[in-house]
Amino acid sequence: MTTRREFLVLAATSLALSEAARAQLDPNLAANRKAAFQEALRRIVGDTQVRRGRVKLQLPPLIDNGNSVPLSVAVESPMTEADHVRAIHVLTEKNPLPDVASVRLGPRAGRATLSTRVRLADTQSVTAIAQMSDGSFWSDSAEVVVTLSACLEEGLI
Amino acid sequence: MSLRTALLFAASLLCADAGAGEIPPSERLSGYDLMSRETRAMQDDDATNPGMLWVLDGEALWNRKAGAAGRACAACHGDARTSMKGVAARYPAFDAALRRPVNLEERIKLCRSERQKAPPLAFESRDLLALTAYVARQSRGLPIAIVIDERTLPFLDAGREAFHRRQGQLNLACSQCHDDNWGKRLAGSVIPQAHPTGYPLYRLEWQGLGSLERRLRNCLIGIRAEPYAFGAPEFVDLELYLMWRANGMKIETPAVRP
Amino acid sequence: MARAIVNVPARAKRGEIVEVKTLAQHPMETGFRRTQTGELIPRDIIRRFTCTYNGTEVYRVDLHPAMSANPLIAFSTIATETGTLAFQWTGDNGYSMTETASISVE
Repeated sequence: MTTRREFLVLAATSLALSEAARAQLDPNLAANRKAAFQEALRRIVGDTQVRRGRVKLQLPPLIDNGNSVPLSVAVESPMTEADHVRAIHVLTEKNPLPDVASVRLGPRAGRATLSTRVRLADTQSVTAIAQMSDGSFWSDSAEVVVTLSACLEEGLI
Repeated sequence: MSLRTALLFAASLLCADAGAGEIPPSERLSGYDLMSRETRAMQDDDATNPGMLWVLDGEALWNRKAGAAGRACAACHGDARTSMKGVAARYPAFDAALRRPVNLEERIKLCRSERQKAPPLAFESRDLLALTAYVARQSRGLPIAIVIDERTLPFLDAGREAFHRRQGQLNLACSQCHDDNWGKRLAGSVIPQAHPTGYPLYRLEWQGLGSLERRLRNCLIGIRAEPYAFGAPEFVDLELYLMWRANGMKIETPAVRP
Repeated sequence: MARAIVNVPARAKRGEIVEVKTLAQHPMETGFRRTQTGELIPRDIIRRFTCTYNGTEVYRVDLHPAMSANPLIAFSTIATETGTLAFQWTGDNGYSMTETASISVE
């Protein structure tokens, strides 16, 4: 007797879907994306503890369109040879991929900043991580609400 | 003009000004005023306004020789900063040969094929968008100044009628959202008053620059109506009405909108 | 005719921190969008942006599909000496674009 779980698995795999397509129909989408975020975080910081502070991530709390969200990161640092920001990473929890951008910089930057525009697939939290010259990691997060535009070319589903 | 025509003309202008539900001049707001602070900042700074990428492309095209005649736009029109100043503010404008108004895109297409003898530019093609954006940019900051006379009045009336007509599966008229419910929210976005002050513009939804007709197609699809083809006379009538309805408001091209 | 707009102050004092704004024209196709018939549109993005100041790299960004189309990258750099800031964008399908700006430092 096939259990309901087995039946659903059979039904899913019998549809000849590409891996990418199946990934987008994944019933565990949220959990998988969150796991991908954790993995990306681990890839950047290894086992080092990430501390909150020194990083200021700014995003508008409610945005006009998820395709182009203004984002700016600024990290408190004297930016000297002895004490500076080596890298800034931006990650998301609910986008199809967790990485957004990685900046490599040094004392020549004067200020450790990045201003850009990003795509956000859903209402979610965005995280910025700064890697210091002494090997420490600092972070900040911001919550953004993403809504759907009206009157699109494809129309609403 | 005969006395009868003059009286009819004056009467219809009076009706035009006192249209039911039309937004009084003191309450007119551009889509700019209804956007977030961040999107406004994107439009205000030429260094961060993505529309400027197309404007610069347009400038290059303006100066490039084209077609069998081997002439650039600049050969006849010189420096666009002077010759094109104020042009976008009075388009759509009447074309004597076609005996109907044409929009700025059509005017550029006509010049391209008739004067430059160059292959036609397709509607919504990158080159046509770039040239239109460059030309319209020269009117930035100037008030829209559509002049209606006995030649253009019938087309204005057709456009006004289309704006107030219910259509599509949702059976909505443009006026129901844009005259009667502007400022309220629809699917998370604020409903604007629908003044085409900044076209062609960079729409965040498109991630690119597009024309007023592209945006109007989005509207028609939104109410589940059959969208007109690019360049359809129904579109130009509607554009004429929308620009006339926005008379006095400043051109913002290239604008940024959600 | 793909292009970029870069904004660097024409002149600055030695040691002054100047703001640099760059805007590149690129669709940044994510690889997650589908056509009307359901096929995935392949990824086509800018992958790396670098800024060198008289030949020394001073800023570098690795971009992912989550960066918006026509990416804006704005940052700061110290005006160390008169010279040229060179910007390069490289990406999928052999995409490569460069732009330069001069700065006069007193």
